[in-house]
Amino acid sequence: MTTEQHDSSVYEQIRATDRFQELRRRYRSWAFPMTVAFLVWYLLYVVLSAFARDFMAIKVLGNINVALIFGLLQFVSTFYISWAYSRHSAAKLDPLADELRDEIEKADK
Amino acid sequence: MSHTTLATVLFLLFVVGTLAITFWASRQNKTAADYYAGGRAFSAAQNGLAIGGDYMSAASFLGIAGLIALYGYDGFLYSIGFLVAWLVALLLVAELMRNSGKYTMADVLAFRMSPRPVRTAAGVSTIVVSIFYLLAQMVGAGALVGLLLGITSDSGKALTIVGVGILMIVYVVVGGMKGTTWVQIVKAVLLMGGATLVTLLVLGKYGFNVSGLLGEAAAQSGKGAAFLEPNLRYATEAQGIWGKFDLISLGLALVLGTAGLPHILIRFYTVPTAKDARKSVLWGIGIIGTFYLLTLVLGFGAAAMVGSEAIRTENAAGNTAAPQLALAIGNAIFGDVGGTILLAVIAAVAFATILAVVAGLTLASSSSFAHDLYAHVFKRGNVTEKQEILVARISAFVIGAVAIGLGILAQAQNVAFLVALAFAIAASGNLPAILYSLFWKRFNTAGAVASIYGGLVSALVLVIFSPVVSGRPTSLIKDMDFHWFPMENPGLFSIPIGFLCGYIATRMSKEYNDAKYAEMEVRSLTGVGAEKASTH
Repeated sequence: MTTEQHDSSVYEQIRATDRFQELRRRYRSWAFPMTVAFLVWYLLYVVLSAFARDFMAIKVLGNINVALIFGLLQFVSTFYISWAYSRHSAAKLDPLADELRDEIEKADK
Repeated sequence: MSHTTLATVLFLLFVVGTLAITFWASRQNKTAADYYAGGRAFSAAQNGLAIGGDYMSAASFLGIAGLIALYGYDGFLYSIGFLVAWLVALLLVAELMRNSGKYTMADVLAFRMSPRPVRTAAGVSTIVVSIFYLLAQMVGAGALVGLLLGITSDSGKALTIVGVGILMIVYVVVGGMKGTTWVQIVKAVLLMGGATLVTLLVLGKYGFNVSGLLGEAAAQSGKGAAFLEPNLRYATEAQGIWGKFDLISLGLALVLGTAGLPHILIRFYTVPTAKDARKSVLWGIGIIGTFYLLTLVLGFGAAAMVGSEAIRTENAAGNTAAPQLALAIGNAIFGDVGGTILLAVIAAVAFATILAVVAGLTLASSSSFAHDLYAHVFKRGNVTEKQEILVARISAFVIGAVAIGLGILAQAQNVAFLVALAFAIAASGNLPAILYSLFWKRFNTAGAVASIYGGLVSALVLVIFSPVVSGRPTSLIKDMDFHWFPMENPGLFSIPIGFLCGYIATRMSKEYNDAKYAEMEVRSLTGVGAEKASTH
């Protein structure tokens, strides 16, 4: 087992540092609200499909109705959120995480 | 040459090619990390394709195209849930799991808990989810062969199931994760290629006028404009208020189930770092999203060109819509030979799809048996890597044999609900435990065990007492009626039950290990001490 190489108290000390707290804050303050947002957006779509057929049936362009556009928008939002998350990670999370990891691994040697 | 001969030839080519890769991979399988996680040496793009390969089952290829061809818009609902679900995996699970786990889902769940009870629960849930999913695919393979290769006798179908089973056992036992991943990659490329080709031909035929295609589909469906609106299949007038809740229940299980599917979760271990895990999910989302857009065209295209009635006559569930469309569009554009060739291609792709998915499921369940139950629970960690891998191979063989047996027995049953059930159990039993485990400091052994069993059992019980099993002409057991649960999908209740069980049991037990949670938090976010890729 290679995973038990650290004394647990070391991790508690790292967790208490400002920079780790900052890393966790940056991760959670982006990922959690976004998860709530896309779940609400998705559930709105499912609930409308179940309860609001007349609204979903409104034709917008030729045979293309609200239901189809709503569904395609779910694709758009999924692609967009994925892209935004990778941008956020690369800019805000990875540099700090890499920095912390290097320091911990160096101190360990 | 008939399409069945050609399809068989193409499929055999796929089999020979993937077997060659598998035996090549087996020569590089030296350590447990090689067998369970492909040496963690796949690139993000490769693993992204493999994620697509593992995820796009015959149920999503043939099933969703068929649902759309028969019920129009409602089939599309399925693909949306299946896709949005990946955001849960991307934002909350993939990277943290890669950093804190090793080979299985249970590695993460047992990280800061008392290992034996949690590994037992997670191992049981992994095996149950994978076997249900596996069984659905095996029965699907039997049904498919009848339709695509003209084999209609029961013994012929049984032989097909045996053949598929043997191949999947060989992939897993010989190739381990490395071989299986390559099978997924090849399959994903073929599936995307085949689906893109047919989609482009269909769009071309309608002059890339989507509205025109939709209009024709509605006209040929016999349902008119309603075909393009929700509620032909789900939440119909006849199903009343419970039908509406049933749709929401299904939607919940789809969106929350993916990030709890063990055969998907272990994919994150096959890349060198958490960053690669993230990138592979991004690749996966791109591939899967594109694929579902293609199935939308395939489904409406089949309705427009083949007609819903002609599809229903061939297969009541609509599973032949995509192959029938391939034949029709091929005939229309290239003449009879073109139709035969295109049908054969799609048929062969469908088989490759089934084969790859069952291999992924067999790997996930046998890995969990060997690593979680055998090595950690039965032997308390006192095993060598060699012994563990031997047990993993033996259990892949046994699970494969069980799947073959059950697949043959269940041949005549309508087992489509098993996939939805697998998603419901994954969402109710696995996901709450995973999320609590990663994010809730106070979470503990009692909570983990309670949320897994609570979600698993409530999903199972609700389905057993649902109209899926008894009380309707379409039920599994036709001449009895013991159902009291009004919906087909348990998720609306079983998912909250899973979360609630985990919460209450955690609060009732004083135990928790804050030092280990500190380690988990630091490791999962920074990648300190994460398992490295093997270098050979």
